[in-house]
Formats: sequence, structure tokens, C-alpha cells
Amino acid sequence: MTMKNNELETKSELQEKSLFDKTVGRRSFLQYAGAGAAGIALVAAGCSKDRGYDNPTMSGATLDFKDDFGVLNYAYALEQLEAAFYIKVANSNTQFTGTNAAAKKAYFQDIQFHEIAHREFFKAALGTAAIGSLEVDFSSIDFTSEASVLSAAMAFEDLGVAAYNGAGPRLKTGTYLLLAGKIVSVEARHAAYVRDIISNGSFADLNSLTSLGANNASGLDAALTPDKVLAAASKYIKTKINVINL
Amino acid sequence: MNIINILEEIEKVDGEVYERLNPRRAAMKSFFNMGKKISLAAMPLALGSMFQKAYGQSTLPSGVVDVLNFALSLEYLEYHFYNHALLGTDVTFTYPTAAAKTAITTIRDHEKAHVDLLVGALGSSARTPIAYADTDFRAGGTFANVYTDYNTFLAVAQGFEDTGVRAYKGQAGNLLGSPVLQTALQIHSVEARHASHIRQMRTAAGSTVYKPWVSLGASGQANDSGVAAVDAVYAGEDLTVQAGANIVGIGGFSGITKAAAVESFDEPLDKASVVTIANLFLQPGKKLS
Repeated sequence: MTMKNNELETKSELQEKSLFDKTVGRRSFLQYAGAGAAGIALVAAGCSKDRGYDNPTMSGATLDFKDDFGVLNYAYALEQLEAAFYIKVANSNTQFTGTNAAAKKAYFQDIQFHEIAHREFFKAALGTAAIGSLEVDFSSIDFTSEASVLSAAMAFEDLGVAAYNGAGPRLKTGTYLLLAGKIVSVEARHAAYVRDIISNGSFADLNSLTSLGANNASGLDAALTPDKVLAAASKYIKTKINVINL
Repeated sequence: MNIINILEEIEKVDGEVYERLNPRRAAMKSFFNMGKKISLAAMPLALGSMFQKAYGQSTLPSGVVDVLNFALSLEYLEYHFYNHALLGTDVTFTYPTAAAKTAITTIRDHEKAHVDLLVGALGSSARTPIAYADTDFRAGGTFANVYTDYNTFLAVAQGFEDTGVRAYKGQAGNLLGSPVLQTALQIHSVEARHASHIRQMRTAAGSTVYKPWVSLGASGQANDSGVAAVDAVYAGEDLTVQAGANIVGIGGFSGITKAAAVESFDEPLDKASVVTIANLFLQPGKKLS
């Protein structure tokens, strides 16, 4: 089976019978149709062996979850997004207000370097297996507004925690699981800090994180599968992300 | 309610979960029906008993039982530490604000939820409960004023939370491929949120700044808490090389100083080190082995 392009960008394409028959069994289709989200091209499962990676017109980044590299590239993609956001905050000279304005500015700079460190770490660790640089889209964020920046920062950090917690069990190598663990708790510290400056005491308001998989009654933090995380992040990412073998 | 998510997550690491559950379909059905009316507070217990039914106690590997009981010991300690700070008659410090007391209550409630969750998951394999009388949060006099001085209380709290984060991280590898890994990770990051807030409470209560993340100490030492007695809590937190990559200045970014590199990655702590720390706060005869 050879195919020029297996990318299925929309549900209507997914449902196109000829393509559907060629690429994916009904069971897989049903499995993936529910996971579809705007901005993300979900590539049907089962075709990875035949995929034409050499297609010169193919653009975007492919996250292949068949092994740990896929999970690490997924983390790399999210760290790219977070780093780009905090760099943009710094370059926009967002005016923080209040008696703790200076501390907020300093801590946002701290977080910026943490996220750059995470991004560069994954880039170095993945080497030639690393996906390329993602193009971001922060048009929905008003970087002149402290409230807008804080709200976006909270969304990024909570989503980051959910992403690492949800992806951890996919890792097959203890070393990588530990590295993910070293990073996720730093993201959780960020999340708690940003939440507290938005509303003091909301550092671990798990009820507000139910949609991200948290459970307050059991004291459990957010955890989401990659498809759900990427759907939530898609409005901030211009680069088409292809997900396979999820 | 994310019971369905939990089952989906288990399915990823244990593709046979539904088959395991299948012979007990009646039990599952009654569980789901019960789930509709059961109070949220009772959910952890119900969840735990369902896992027991699905896996059976004898099939929960002893290594996983050990990890969960170890985590349970720490959760009991944390719970009693905060619960006593809220209810103990010998507590003489006052919370500076209502928000401070609310935050401690929130944390106490999470630790209780973790205890209940772990007890439920372990079933009859759960360790003997730790009672407040089994604890010694004054640590034999090292923190004699833990319940009379708010700043000391917060300093010890920070030590507990940062230790908790490190302890769960240190055990993650032992849960590789286990259906309880996801749950352990979800507890782990909640502890990190607690640590972040306690550090901010310490900053608010005094004149010293404690970053929400673990940084380098004032003299460049691994312990940034300002409390030398808890050096063991931070041993090795100043690691700057991750999987062979030097994080300081990585990618040519000079802004990533040693402190930034240390802050960017939280380090695990092995079980023996955590046990040594935990035993400081347990009465003789009640210490962990």
C-alpha cells in the first residue's frame, strides 16, 4: 500500500469513502473521529508503515506516538509553545501592576528561562529525532494587558501539567518518565503561582480543573490524553501537527 | 467525575482491563449506578474497591503495594501535620489572614483525599493507619515551636511538600507500566502546587523571599529553604546536568544561569532518604523501615 498523502485534515475528508476504505478500518475510524479537533490533522492509525515521509509537499510536524520519541516530541512541542509565550511577554514589556509588580515581572522572567531550558533540553535530547520549530499564533492574547497575559499563562501551565500527567503512562523508559516527572512538578509550581496572583488561594483549585481531568474529591490533578491537549493548544499553533499511532 | 477517563487510562497500560472487569459486570454495573448518586466525598473509596475487584489483591504486585504504602505513610504524616495545625489545642500561633487558614485547610483536605484514595486502592494490603499520637512534628525538639510559631510551621510545611514532590518522583520508575502510575502522577503535581503556595505563604509572612520553585540557596547550596536542619530534603536538588545535557547556558541562552537550571528541574529522592526524613517526625516504635 503506497500513498502520497495520508493526512486527513477534516472530518469530511475522513468520511470520504475511497480514502476511508484505503486507509483505515472502521474501528480505528470510530476511535479517531471522536478525537477530531479544529486545527489538528489527525492521521489515521494503521498506516504508519506506509507513510510517505518523503513527500516534498508535506508540511507540519508529525508526532508519532509509537514510541517514547513521539511522547518526548510532544513534550518538546508544548515546551516550544510555552517558551514562545513567555518570550513574547518579555518582549512585549507587559506592564504588571500592584505592590508585587516587580516580583511578578521577575518571576515571569524566571519562568521564561525555565521553559527555554525545557525546550532546549528536549531539542538536545531528541537530536535528529526532534520535530522542527513550531510556528505559534498568539493573536488571541493581548500582551499589553496583564489580565490577558495571566489568563493565558494559567491556561498554558495547567494544560502543561495535564499533558505531562496524561502522557507519563505512555512512556516505556524509566529514564524518560523520570525526566518528565522532573519537569511536570516545575510546571505545577508555575501553575500554582500564576493562579495565586490571579486569585490568591486558587493554587490547587482542582474543581476548576475538572475539564482537564482533575478530581477534587480524590485530590488528583489534571491529566489529559495528547489528542485533547493538542485540541486545546491548537488555537495557539499555526504549524499543522499530525498525530499518529496515538 | 473522571471515572471513565481513569478506565481509559488504565486501558492504555492494561489492554485487558475491560476483560478483567467483564466477569464482574454486575459489580461494575452497580458501581456505575451507585456513581450517579454517591456523594463525591465517598468516591475515592468506591473507586478503590472497584480497582480491587478488577485486579484482585493477590494480583497487585508486591512492588506496587510497597510503593503505595510508602506513599500512604507520607500522606498520613502530611495530613496529621496540617490537621493538627487547624484543630490542635496546643497550637498557639494565629493565622495572619483568613486566606492563610483556608489554604492550609485546602491542603489538609487534599492530603486526606490522598490517604483515602490510597487506602481504598490498597484494600487489605494497606498499612496500619498512622495516628496523630504516632507523630512528632517537633522532631525531638528540632522544631520545638512548630505549633507555636507560624514561620516555623510554614518552614516545616515547605519541607514536607518539597519532600513529597521528590518522593513521588523517586517512585515513578517503580510504577512504570502499572495502572496506578497515572494516579501517582496526579498526586505528585498536586503536592508541587502545595509546595509553590506554601513558599509564597512563607514569603508573605516574613522578610525573606522564597521562590515558588526550588532554587539555589543564598550561598549557592542545594537547600534554598534557609533552614539548615532540612538540608536532607534538598540534597541533590542543585543538579544542573540532565540526561547528559548541561542545562546552564543550554542552546546558547546565557539567561539560563545555574540558578535557572536548578529551578527548571525538580529532582527525585530515593526511598531510603525519604524514610530518614519522615522518621524525624515519627515516634519511636512507629518509624518507617
